[in-house]
Amino acid sequence: MQHLILLPLILPLLAGLLMLLPPLTHSRVRQRNVAMLLSAVTVLISALLLQQVQQGLIGVYALGDWAAPFGIVLVADRLSTLLLLLTSVLAFCSLLYTFGPQEEEGSFFQPLLQFQILGINGAFLTGDLFNLFVFFEILLIASYGLLMFGGGKTRTRAGLHYVILNLAGSAIFLFALGILYGTLGTLNIADLALKVQQLDASNAALVRAGGLMLLIVFGLKAAMLPLQFWLPAAYSAATPAVAALFAIMTKVGVYAIVRVFSVIFGDAAGPLSGMAGPWLWPLGLLTIVIGAIGVLASQDLRRLIANLIIVSIGSLLATLALGHATATAAALYYLLHTTLVSAGLFLLADLIARQRGKARDRLVSARGMPQGILLGCLFLVGAIAVIGMPPLSGFVGKVLLLNAAGTVTEMLWLWPLLLGSSLVALIALSRAGSTLFWDLAGAPQDHIRAHPAQLAAVLLLLASPVLLSLFAGPVTDLVIATAQQLHDVNGQIRGVLQPVDFWEVK
Amino acid sequence: MEALYAFCVGLLTACGIFLMLRGRTFPVVVGLTLLSYGVNLFLFASGRLNTSGAAVLGAATGHADPLPQALVLTAIVIGFAMTAFVVILAMRARGDLGNDHVDGRLPQANLDTEAQS
Repeated sequence: MQHLILLPLILPLLAGLLMLLPPLTHSRVRQRNVAMLLSAVTVLISALLLQQVQQGLIGVYALGDWAAPFGIVLVADRLSTLLLLLTSVLAFCSLLYTFGPQEEEGSFFQPLLQFQILGINGAFLTGDLFNLFVFFEILLIASYGLLMFGGGKTRTRAGLHYVILNLAGSAIFLFALGILYGTLGTLNIADLALKVQQLDASNAALVRAGGLMLLIVFGLKAAMLPLQFWLPAAYSAATPAVAALFAIMTKVGVYAIVRVFSVIFGDAAGPLSGMAGPWLWPLGLLTIVIGAIGVLASQDLRRLIANLIIVSIGSLLATLALGHATATAAALYYLLHTTLVSAGLFLLADLIARQRGKARDRLVSARGMPQGILLGCLFLVGAIAVIGMPPLSGFVGKVLLLNAAGTVTEMLWLWPLLLGSSLVALIALSRAGSTLFWDLAGAPQDHIRAHPAQLAAVLLLLASPVLLSLFAGPVTDLVIATAQQLHDVNGQIRGVLQPVDFWEVK
Repeated sequence: MEALYAFCVGLLTACGIFLMLRGRTFPVVVGLTLLSYGVNLFLFASGRLNTSGAAVLGAATGHADPLPQALVLTAIVIGFAMTAFVVILAMRARGDLGNDHVDGRLPQANLDTEAQS
């Protein structure tokens, strides 16, 4: 049982490699079936891990049996297993969507998808900063391939920007790691947190510089304000299943910010504690504004959804900047909601685009959709959830975010922007919805129907706001416990550096 | 030695950043390569610069820190793969978009000068 933590990495790695070998490589159907099976297994494993960490213990897997801080460890705590489960559910739905007719699909599509999942899972599970860099590179190089899949001018242009920006980001990441290793002498996250507490004042400025360089890199991944321009073009150019999976990619950046700035530079870090807050707060708020402007200016549905992702990232970062456990818990609930809903909307946008003929998903008058009523209802559910209207989980999430602001100054900044961005989303989505579903020119083409598997994937993802709202109590308890464990820095350090056998304790 | 080393890292990084801010893909790729050289040297120096340190603990009074060497090796491999990818991508963009500007289209000023010449 102790090897269970390793499986979310081993399974996609093996699957990706096997899919390149003869029995699987020539048959898309077989590749898909294997991927689906493994994805279902990964969902089960993640759920099992999440259930196991609910005792409050931290699972540590020492690779090669070298204990931390000397070897690389995988760390399964509440936060990483929660995000692992989110990733595997999302991957399951994206894979389910590929069972329908695809515009472009080669024999490398499924293996790349598996390597992408490997990178994301690894980034969530690793307990070592350099290992985090390696998994970032794995997920990035897979995402370069996936983004470019199918070719075409828009994809090439978006891909070029995305690749060059991320290569520059990787260089900054390595500079930051060099600074941190040179001053603190370790790269294990728990050990770094310990060493930062014992840091002498002469090195504090260097460590601060290293930490803030990490913030730039993670901000680039998360699409924080001056670094968000790549996102709308890249996400709206990607194929639908890939765009849905990319919904978790910005959250990998958010996760890295949470992990580094709550644990390493957390409450116990002395003069360096809370050093990201003064940057995250204004940049997060401005990200909401720029995202909202993008939402209003969007000319097609996928770009609109991509801009809604930027708004949600801004809300998450501004809330995380508050820096206490309640705010982190609120942000985690909102993160679960926004990832699943925006992935669902990306898939739905593709279903809509397929049935509208040449107009695709552009917000112009076009012929009606054969399944207009069904898709319209799904769009309504997604829109209500993403705007944050009751009764769906967006409402609960937004209330939690508003509630996280403690002082009057925080409320004065956060509340108008959050509520204003909801209003903007309401306006933009109602305009988009009425154009798409009511502004019709001509009769629908009857023979186009959504493939059942694609419809099932959209339904699964858009059922999540309903479920997150129905089970808001248990989910809130879960995220509060997660945030408390995260902010208990000494508990984290003890848990990783003096691990107890995770499966023995009852 | 430290000053020379720091100067080299700084120069490589400065040249890399300058080239990365150019408008055409080829200088950008060369800039990324220079930047990754700078990064690799920097990472290598994070274990402190000392010559003739022993590789095995206890064999001599001073020893070399093995971890930055492992990190640099990983960074070189990853950087190499990424550079290969971006070169192919730049060539593909040249073919698909018809020019080698990073935005996929030449700015108006460039078009005017090219039309004149």
